[in-house]
Amino acid sequence: MISVKGVGKSYGHHRVLDAVSLEVAKGEVVCVIGPSGSGKSTLLRCINGLEHYDEGEIAIDGAPVHREHKSIHALRSEVGMVFQRFNLFPHRTALENVMEGPVYVKGVPRAEAKDEAAALLAKVGLAQKLDAYPAKLSGGQQQRVAIARALAMQPKAILFDEPTSALDPELVGDVLKVMLTLAREGMTMVVVTHEMGFAAEVARRVLFLDHGRVVEEGTAQQMLADPKHERTRDFLQRVLKPV
Amino acid sequence: MQAFFRDAQDFLPILLQGCVVTIELTLCALVLSTLLGFVWALARLSPLRVLSWPAIALITVIRGIPILVQLFYIYFVLPDLGIQLSAFQAGFIGLGVAYSAYQAENFRAGIEAVDPGQIEAAQSLGMQPALIMRRVILPQAIRVFLPPYGNTMIMMLKDSSIASAITVAELTRGGQLIAASTFKNMTVFTLVALLYLTMSLPLTYFARRLERRFGRR
Repeated sequence: MISVKGVGKSYGHHRVLDAVSLEVAKGEVVCVIGPSGSGKSTLLRCINGLEHYDEGEIAIDGAPVHREHKSIHALRSEVGMVFQRFNLFPHRTALENVMEGPVYVKGVPRAEAKDEAAALLAKVGLAQKLDAYPAKLSGGQQQRVAIARALAMQPKAILFDEPTSALDPELVGDVLKVMLTLAREGMTMVVVTHEMGFAAEVARRVLFLDHGRVVEEGTAQQMLADPKHERTRDFLQRVLKPV
Repeated sequence: MQAFFRDAQDFLPILLQGCVVTIELTLCALVLSTLLGFVWALARLSPLRVLSWPAIALITVIRGIPILVQLFYIYFVLPDLGIQLSAFQAGFIGLGVAYSAYQAENFRAGIEAVDPGQIEAAQSLGMQPALIMRRVILPQAIRVFLPPYGNTMIMMLKDSSIASAITVAELTRGGQLIAASTFKNMTVFTLVALLYLTMSLPLTYFARRLERRFGRR
């Protein structure tokens, strides 16, 4: 479904992505881990055309992703994105945030979009917060609204860019629980995360990225138990035992 | 004091007519400067240099020339180029153009204050640039833009007095004419000052209401 072939990108002399390849099948969950600056967010942003890439080819269901093409808007509407800092629209309520895409991009009638949005917010555990503005919600609640907003577009896949990194530790669980449910329901997901527990639970594959390269790829269990690469081992040790 | 009120009774009808023209002039110039300012701001923020560079040049030129000189130019120089305008037309176009540069900079500040993450979130929903501008950027930019906009309205009301220099029959001009023929400078200009103050009060109130209306989350 998502196909990344030999993608490279540079800022001047700095190689952000170097010959990265990744195939994500329908219904598959892939986690991408790696130190900050390793290019994991950039990879994700290239997949839905928020950033330009210099070499290689990215395609979604066979349709090439190019930031400059007219088709990029249609493509983006089919791939959801959840951001580290939520990026909810602060001038709209939770319900309006979720309705925005269906009503204004897809042209779904308001009443219908409203019912669907309310159902989605209920699904992420926010049935009581439909009319709350983002400023009145906790980080974890905001992120769940953001997930509902992505779901409202009925996307083929959702990309998660460190969805729990900006959250207080006690709020991480609620967001992960929602993501876990989605994964079990068969949503195709690419998740940039440090949550190895989550990766072990749902991800069929984990990619370890460092300096723009895929250093290691495997199941979470295998990577946790027996990382093949020195750098993977170092990184995992630091993530799992921060002190 | 009694003389003041007697004179005021004589002068007020003429001055009130001037007030009507002042209000018309301010409103026309406000609308024009808002529209033009918005266009300049969009051009200035455009990634296309063919749009952004002329906009920067235009804003710089307009801001660097006194409003009075711009009015003279439109009223006295344009006829030489075959463009005849009435004093009122020249006045509102001149004020509108002069203020459009400030409006553009205010618009730009508002638009640039919107978190880039907002645009990315909108893009990731598949929204196109015009829709993003209308649904995501402008509603947020307006909060940053409105407080200076309120100020601009009040400044424009007062600066409309500059149009008296090109014979627009607005409040200041009316005052000048009465003062020149009666020599009652004290009475006339006290009245003129009070009338400007009176007109600015509802604007101040309106500006504050706008702010409150759009400032809420």
